[in-house]
Amino acid sequence: MAELGAGSLSLGDPAFNYQEHELNERLKRLYPAVNEEETPLPRSWSPKDKYSYIGLSQNNLRVHYKGHGKNHKDAASVRATHPIPAACGIYYFEVKIVSKGRDGYMGIGLSAQGVNMNRLPGWDKHSYGYHGDDGHSFCSSGTGQPYGPTFTTGDVIGCCVNLINNTCFYTKNGISLGVAFTDLPPNLYPTVGLQTPGEIVDANFGQQPFVFDIEDYMSEWRAKIHGMIARFPIGERLGEWQSVLQNMVSSYLVHHGYCATATAFARATETIIQEEQTSIKNRQRIQKLVLAGRVGEAIDATQHLYPGLLEHNPNLLFMLKCRQFVEMVNGTDSEVRCLTIRSPKSQDSYPGSPSLSPRHGASNTHLHTGADSPTCSNGVTPPNKSKSHSGTGSSSIKYPSVSSSASSSTSSSPSSVNYSESNSSDSTKSQPHSANSTQETSLSLNFRRNQTHVTRSSNHDSEMEIEAEHYTNGVVEGSSARIMNGTYKHEEILQPDDNSIDEGCTNGRQLCGGNQAATERMIHFGRELQALNEQLGREYGKNATHKKMLQDAFSLLAYSDPWNCPVGQQLDPTQRESLCSALNSAILESQNLPKQPPLMLALGQATECVQLMARVRSGSCSFARVDNFLH
Amino acid sequence: MACLLEAPLRISVLSEVTATSRHYVDRLFDPDPQKVLQGVIDMKNAVIGNNKQKANLIVLGAVPRLLYLLQQSSSSLELRTECAVVLGSLAMGTENNIKSLVDCHIIPALLQGLLCPELIFIEVCLRCLRTVFISPVTPVQLLYTDPTVIPHLMSLLSRSQRTQEYITQIFSHCCKTPEHQTVLFNHGAIQNIAPLLISPSYKVRMQALKCFSVLAYENTQVSMTLVNVLVDGELLSQVFVRMMQRDQPIEMQLTAAKCLTYMCRAGAIRTDDSCVVLKTLPCLVRMCSKEHLLEERVEGAETLAYLMEPDVELQRIASTTDHLVAMLADYFKYPSSVSAITDIKRLDHDLKHAHELRQAAFKLYASLGSNDEDIRKKITETENMMDRIVSGLSESSIKVRLAAVRCLHSLSRSVQQLRTSFHDHAVWRPLMKLLQNAPDEVLVMASSTLCNLLLEFSPSKEPILESGVIELLCSLTQSDSPALRVNGIWALMNMAFQAEQKVKVEIVRSLGTEQLFRLLSDPDSNVLMKTLGLLRNLLSTRPHIDQIMSSHGKQIMQAVTLILEAEHSIEVKEQTLCILANIADGNTAKELIMTNDDMLQKIKYYMGHSNVKLQLAATFCISNLIWNEEDVQAVVNSDCSHKGSQERQDKLREMGFVDILHKLTQASDPNLCDRAKTAMQQYLA
Repeated sequence: MAELGAGSLSLGDPAFNYQEHELNERLKRLYPAVNEEETPLPRSWSPKDKYSYIGLSQNNLRVHYKGHGKNHKDAASVRATHPIPAACGIYYFEVKIVSKGRDGYMGIGLSAQGVNMNRLPGWDKHSYGYHGDDGHSFCSSGTGQPYGPTFTTGDVIGCCVNLINNTCFYTKNGISLGVAFTDLPPNLYPTVGLQTPGEIVDANFGQQPFVFDIEDYMSEWRAKIHGMIARFPIGERLGEWQSVLQNMVSSYLVHHGYCATATAFARATETIIQEEQTSIKNRQRIQKLVLAGRVGEAIDATQHLYPGLLEHNPNLLFMLKCRQFVEMVNGTDSEVRCLTIRSPKSQDSYPGSPSLSPRHGASNTHLHTGADSPTCSNGVTPPNKSKSHSGTGSSSIKYPSVSSSASSSTSSSPSSVNYSESNSSDSTKSQPHSANSTQETSLSLNFRRNQTHVTRSSNHDSEMEIEAEHYTNGVVEGSSARIMNGTYKHEEILQPDDNSIDEGCTNGRQLCGGNQAATERMIHFGRELQALNEQLGREYGKNATHKKMLQDAFSLLAYSDPWNCPVGQQLDPTQRESLCSALNSAILESQNLPKQPPLMLALGQATECVQLMARVRSGSCSFARVDNFLH
Repeated sequence: MACLLEAPLRISVLSEVTATSRHYVDRLFDPDPQKVLQGVIDMKNAVIGNNKQKANLIVLGAVPRLLYLLQQSSSSLELRTECAVVLGSLAMGTENNIKSLVDCHIIPALLQGLLCPELIFIEVCLRCLRTVFISPVTPVQLLYTDPTVIPHLMSLLSRSQRTQEYITQIFSHCCKTPEHQTVLFNHGAIQNIAPLLISPSYKVRMQALKCFSVLAYENTQVSMTLVNVLVDGELLSQVFVRMMQRDQPIEMQLTAAKCLTYMCRAGAIRTDDSCVVLKTLPCLVRMCSKEHLLEERVEGAETLAYLMEPDVELQRIASTTDHLVAMLADYFKYPSSVSAITDIKRLDHDLKHAHELRQAAFKLYASLGSNDEDIRKKITETENMMDRIVSGLSESSIKVRLAAVRCLHSLSRSVQQLRTSFHDHAVWRPLMKLLQNAPDEVLVMASSTLCNLLLEFSPSKEPILESGVIELLCSLTQSDSPALRVNGIWALMNMAFQAEQKVKVEIVRSLGTEQLFRLLSDPDSNVLMKTLGLLRNLLSTRPHIDQIMSSHGKQIMQAVTLILEAEHSIEVKEQTLCILANIADGNTAKELIMTNDDMLQKIKYYMGHSNVKLQLAATFCISNLIWNEEDVQAVVNSDCSHKGSQERQDKLREMGFVDILHKLTQASDPNLCDRAKTAMQQYLA
C-alpha cells in the first residue's frame, strides 16, 4: 500500500481545505463547549502513536495492516492524535470498513495513553473494543462478551462516548447497538486495531457527515440536562426563593445605579433597598462620566464625593488616569474636549454599546448649570475654555515629529506617515511638519523608549490583564459587557444629536479632536502620568501591569490614525466599561457594600462552575452552558 | 371499619348537600333572565372539582333545563355560553355523569350550538363535546348520525386554536372503524388537518398528529394520500420524522412513529426507506427502554411488533438495536418485588400494567422471531424465556395467553428449537391445557403451534400423542371456523406421517369416515388439501394401505372419484392422484382400482392431461399397478401375486396404457419421461 495514493488529499489542495473547513465547522457545532487550546479534539490517527504493522494514508485517516497476520501476536493498533475532551459531553466518531482483508479481525474502540499497541483494542486494561469477526465487545479483557452483530467490508461502525454517564455505545450503519461499556475512565483515545493482511478502514472524525444521527442523540441529552436544571429542587420554604430572586434583581439595579428602576422595583415587590438614594445617584453620575469618556471629571467627582478613596487605591487611580490619557487621544475627555474648536460630539460615538448615550449633557443636565455653549455643555467652565483657545496658536508641538524620531529606531513603525496628509480634508488645521521644541524631544525620547517594547498584540494582553483584575470571579468580559449594554438600553435615552456627529464621522477622527492646544495638554498630561507611574514604582515597587498600560496608551501616539492601529482598540468606548465597573466596585467597597452585585456573582459562579466541570471531566458541562440560559 | 362508622354521617351530609343543590336548580327556573344567569354562574362555581355536587345536580334534573336554556334563541349569548360551560364541567365528572348527559341528548343539542356564529359559544360547545366524546361510555356513532356534522366541524377548524384542538381531539377519539376513516377522509380531513401539524400550539400539533395516526391505521387510501401531502413545502413524512426527534416530548415521538408505521404497513412507505429504518424503528425501540412510562413501553413494543411483522430485514435490524431482545426481558419483572414493599401506589400501578407489559413483550418476541432462525435462538436464550412463555400460557388474562401462544408459535417454526428448548421445557403440556377450553382466537394459535410440535422430528410428538390429543384434534375439525378445521386436520396429517399403524387406526377411528368425507367436501380448499394429505399419510407402507383399504376401501374410492370428477385446483387433483398411486402400491388394495374400469379411464385421462404434474401422478399410479416385483413379505402373504401382475399388465395393455406409456417416453419433461420408461421396463421384464 502506497503511503499516499494519487487520489489522496494533500495540504494546499482546495478539496482538502474544503474538507478541513467542513471539519472545523462540524466540530464547532458538535462540541461548542470544548476549548481546543486546552483540550484539542482528535482529528486524525497519530503517526507516532501506532504499532509498526499499521500504515496510515489519506491525511492519516486511512489505516491499513502491513504485518504478517499469522496470529494474535501480530495484532496492531493506532490511537488518534488526542484524547476525547470531557467537555464534548457526547463524543462520536465513525469507521468505515474499506476491506475486511483476510479474516476481518478488526477492533474499533478506545484506549488510554500508553496501552500496548501490539494488541487489538479491548484486550488490555483501559482498553475497549468491538470486534468485527465475532461481534463481541472486549472490556479490558482477552475474552469478549456477546454484544452486537459481526461487521465486514462496507459497514460503517460508529463509536459514541457519553462523558456524562461514562458509557459507550456503538452503531452499525446508523443503527445504535446499545450500551457496550460503562464506568469508562477519562482521557480515552479513539483507537482501531487490525490483525490480518488486507484489512483497511477509514476514520471519520467529523470530516464527513455521520451515518448515525448523533446530533439527535445529543439533543436528547441536552433536553435531559436542561430539564434537570429546570426541575432542580430548591427545597425552600414557600416564598423564600422568590425573595432571593427579588433581592438579586434589586441589588443588581442598585449596583449599577439604576436608581428609578430600583425604586420602582422595590415598591412593586415590597423589598428594601440597603443603600441610600443619594449614594446610588452619586455612583450613577460617576459611572456615566466614565462611560462618556470624561474620566477627568469622573476622577474629580470621585475625589469630591468619596474623599480618600482614590488615595487608598493608587492602582485604580493610575488606571483612571491612563484611561483619561486615552480619552484625551480620543478627544472625549473634558480637558481636551473644551479646547477643541470643532464639535466634540463627533468624538462621542460609542459604537460598542450604541444604546448608551455617553453624553453628559444629554441625560444629566442637573449636573451642571449655565452651560453657555452647546458644544461645551459638559460642565467645564468657559474661562478654562478660552484659555486653552489662546494657547492653540503658540504651540506647535507636533506628534509627527515624535513619530519620526521613533521611526528611526523601529523601522516597522508606521508612525512616519505624515499627520497633515492623513488629515488633508481638514484644511483649517494644517499642521507644521517640523518639530523643534526641547520639551518635545524629551517626550519623544520617552515615547521612543516605550515604543520599542510595544508589540503588535500587546494591547490585547494588557486589556486582558486589566479585566482579569475586575472579574476575579470568572465572569468573562464578553458576557458582562453584554449584560451591561442590555440593561443600559432601558435606562438611557439617547439624545438626538445635531448633524455634527455625521460630520465627525465622515471627516474621520482626529487626535485630541484635531486641536493643537488639546494635543499639547495631552502631552503634558502624558508626562504627569509617566511621573505618577514612576512615583508609584518607587512607593510600591515596579508594576508590570502599569508599565504595560502606559506603554499601550502612549503607543497610540505612534500612529497617524490611532483608531485604526494595532493598539487602537483602547479607544473603543466599550473599553470604558471594565474601568467603570472597577471604580463602581471600589466605591461600593468603601461604603461597606458588596463590590459585585449578587446576580453577577451567581453568574460568575455558574460560569466558573461549568468550566470547572470540564476540568474535572464532568461531561454534562457541555449541555449546561450558561450562555444557553441568557437570552 | 372506618367506612362502617362513617356511613350514617355521610347520609346526613348528602341530604344537606341535596338541599343546597336543589336551590341551584330552582334558580334556573326564575322568571328574571338576569337571575337565571347569575344562578348558572353560581352553579358553575359550585360544581368545579366537586363530583358529588355534579351528581346531585344531575339527579335533580339540572341537565334538561340547562340544555333548554342553551337552545332557547331568547337566551342571551352569555347565558347560553355559561350553560355550556356548566354542562362541560358536569361532563368532567364520572362516567355515570357522561351517561346521564348523553341520555339527555346533549350531543345533538351541542352540535346544533355549533351553528351559532359566535366563536366563544362555539368554543365552549366544542369543549363540552370533546369531553363527552373522549369518554369510553359515549357511543362514537353519535358523531356520524347527522351527515352535516363532519363537514361543519371541518369548516370550524380554521376558527381558532381552541376549535382546532377540540375538533381534532374529537376526531381522533371517534375514528374507530374503516367507515369512520372513509367519512373523515372524504370530507377532506387530511387537507384540513395537515397544516395544524405546524401550529404554534403544542396541544394542536399533538391532537392533529393523533388524528393522522388513527386515520392511517390499516388504511391504504389514507396512507397513500398522506405520503404526497406537503406541509409548508415539506413532505408529511419529514414532518413526522422531525416530531420523532429525541428532544421532543415522548408522546409526540411515539405518535409520530405510529403514523409512519401505519403508512409503512399500508404500503405507502417502503420498509427499506431511511425514515423507517433509521428513524421510526430506532424511535420505537427507544420507547421500549426502561426509562419510559409503562404505558409508553407497551405502546412502543406493540407498534414495533406491528411495523416489522412482515419484513425479515426490519426484524434483523431491530434484533440488534439497543439490545432489544434483552431489554424486553424487563417487561416480565412487574410488579417488582421492591415496589410491593416500598410503595403501595406504585404497586397498584405496576399491577395494572403488568399484564399489558407481558403481552406486549410476547407480541414483540413473536414478531421478531417469525422468520429468522438466529433471532429465534437469541430469544430462547434470553433469561428464563421458555419458562415465561410456559407460565404465560396459563395466565388468567386472555390477552397474555394469546400473545404467549403467538410467541410460542413463532418460535415453533424453528426445527432446532422444537428439538431442544421446546422439549426441555415440555411446552406441550400447558399448550394442551390451553387447547381444552379457550376462545377461538387462542385456539387457532395454539392448534397451529401444535401442528409444528407434531412434526415427525419433534420429540414432543410422543408425549402429546399419549395425552389424548387425537380426540381433541378431531373435535377441532368439526369447528365452524375454517382456520380451526385446517389446523385440526393439519395436525392430524402431521401426526399420521410415518406413524405406527396403531396411531393411524386410532386417527381413522376417532375421526370417523363420515367426518373424513365431510372434510373432503369442505368449502375451504385448505381443509380439503390437508385432508387429502392426511389420507395420503395414512395410506403409506403396504400393510397399512391394505389394512385401511380393506375396511374403508369403498368409501375412499368413492371420495376419490368424486374429487376427480369435480372442479378442483390442479393441486387438489394431483394430491388425489397421489392417493390413488398409494392405493395402487398396496397388495390387495390394487384390486380396488383394477376392478374399477371407470377409475382406470380417469387415470388414462390424466396421463394425457396438459399439466405435467397430473401426468406424472397418474403415470406413477399406473407404474404401481403393473409393478411385478413384490417384496418378500408380500409374496408370502399373497400366493398369486406374480400371476396377478401378469394379469394386470395384460388388462392395462388391452386398455391402451402401453401406447400411452410409449408416447410418454418421448415426453419433454425428463421426470415424466423417466417414469414412463421405468413403467415400460416392467412390461419387458
